Amino acid sequence: MKLKMIKFIPLMLAALLFVGCSTTEKKVEEAAPVSEAAGETHKDMERSTRGGEASTSGAKASSGWTGHPLDDPSKLTSTRVIHFDFDRSEIKPEYKAIVIAHGEYLAQHPSQTVVIEGHCDERGTREYNIALGERRANAVKSLLLVQGATPGQLTTISYGEEQPVAMGSNETAWAQNRRAVFAY
Amino acid sequence: MMIINPMKRLLMLVVLLVSQIAHSAPLMIEITESEMGALPIAVVPFGWQGGGQRPGEDVASIVDADLKRSGRFKTMPSKDMIAFPHTGAGVDFRDWKVLGMESLVVGQVKPNGVGGYIVRFQLFDVFKGEQLAGYSIPTTARDLRATAHHISDLIYEKLTGQRGAFATRVAYITAIAQPTGRRKIALQVADADGYHPQTIVTSTEPLMSPAWSPDGLKLAYVSFEKGRPSIFIQEVYTGKRQRVASFKGINGAPAWSPDGRKLALTLSKDGNPDIFILDLARRTLRPLTRHYAIDTEPAWSPDGRHIIWTSDRGGRPQIYRMPSGGGKAERITFEGKYNARASYSPDGKLITMVTQVGSDFRIGVLDLASFQLQVLSDGTLDESPSFAPNGSMVIYAIKVKGQAELAAVSVDGRVRQRLALQVGDVREPAWAPYSQ
Repeated sequence: MKLKMIKFIPLMLAALLFVGCSTTEKKVEEAAPVSEAAGETHKDMERSTRGGEASTSGAKASSGWTGHPLDDPSKLTSTRVIHFDFDRSEIKPEYKAIVIAHGEYLAQHPSQTVVIEGHCDERGTREYNIALGERRANAVKSLLLVQGATPGQLTTISYGEEQPVAMGSNETAWAQNRRAVFAY
Repeated sequence: MMIINPMKRLLMLVVLLVSQIAHSAPLMIEITESEMGALPIAVVPFGWQGGGQRPGEDVASIVDADLKRSGRFKTMPSKDMIAFPHTGAGVDFRDWKVLGMESLVVGQVKPNGVGGYIVRFQLFDVFKGEQLAGYSIPTTARDLRATAHHISDLIYEKLTGQRGAFATRVAYITAIAQPTGRRKIALQVADADGYHPQTIVTSTEPLMSPAWSPDGLKLAYVSFEKGRPSIFIQEVYTGKRQRVASFKGINGAPAWSPDGRKLALTLSKDGNPDIFILDLARRTLRPLTRHYAIDTEPAWSPDGRHIIWTSDRGGRPQIYRMPSGGGKAERITFEGKYNARASYSPDGKLITMVTQVGSDFRIGVLDLASFQLQVLSDGTLDESPSFAPNGSMVIYAIKVKGQAELAAVSVDGRVRQRLALQVGDVREPAWAPYSQ
């Protein structure tokens, strides 16, 4: 039983490449400094969104709001998130008034801009959800334009299922994650 | 003898291969269907010839796990063995005939005197009592796992006639929650069994859709690092990268043409998502689909003649096909109300995709000759299927108790495994082609 001798050149190459890789990581991180600022912004937007949502129910009777008019809890514009059905992008009847309120505000304040984010739940494929999230953002954008907002005030972005606000694989979490967000 | 009740479809045999190295991740293999038709093989624990410390990797267990997870082999647990030869001279073929083995692997590891090892192994046909292969392979401590995968490849090819894909790699995305509440997203490359992960991109914003170039040297991916999506192409081993698409709206779903010269991608710059073909040398862009519906997730046929993609032009996401030069869109999936993210097998005969079964999302394989759909996975949120370069297995992402992990299944659906890689979410696996 003879043993054949073979030289394992691919392995040697693999070893070299492995060495190459350790330096790779460093290089990439230098070459591609990740936009911390972008992350900050997004986080702030999410926070303001949540604040708006939380205060909607309890403080309707408040008067003499002295903060930013968009944050006035007695106004529909303080609600910054609307929700969608699975694989759908139509604005549901219960959210129309909110979108219209934002549209009217934007029409009255032409220098005010807003980013409309489209999001999805974790079901379905990731790139399809990017497309679906964009469709949701665009549905909101269309209604804002009808109210007199101008294209220059509106930016849309889809995060698909990449930025869930609720963790968990159940209908409650999914319903929260299927959303469009007004990020002023 | 290997007699398995064919009625017992769910033979759950969970083998936990505990690595001898603390930092290595465990690999779980579940035999989910009967093993009828799998070749019985015994991989005898390798001998250690030399004093002092045994190497940290158990070569025979790695080979055993590789062969088992391919679905093509039924390996013998070492506790059932009645002899432990390390060389051909020590083999009594009657021992293995009695145990119903058709093939036998024996081997040994010894120090090479300069800090590395020499791994010797022999593969035998038990019934003929013949050696089918025998090699002596010099290696290093660091490359011992890679050597074991090469041994698996040699055995697999000898016994099945098909090239092995054990010594290949996968790319995938990880997401790890940080104490700040923010998540760290990374693009990693690891061995096909999940070991030796290396990070090649990190971001606090989403990274998506890694796609290997046909030569295995580059990865295209989507990064939101500037607050909006762009497509980058990065050289895997140098880290050099360039941004190739950063249009208004979606820049997503990059897919390399088989010749590596073009990228099919999804852009919504004209108002809604359509598939475009980007010529990488000329930097020219050609629209492929023009439809008001969603068109995304393109993939090329191995001969480069067709593109398949996901479209909801019929009301729900389904897979369509079109000549890559443009032409008529033809729907190719009809079973199920949600079929998406399809890609071809290396021989072009099958496509794998995400398919909805009831309320669950699973991995399906569609035979393009018969249009028969076979569902390979049994999860609730399975996604991102990717064929091994020899077409023998599909790697995909699963959710287990809210945690995203990777899994692999043999293309006949018979053997599934979970690759428990590390902490955090692991998703969007892309199996690398054979390196050239």
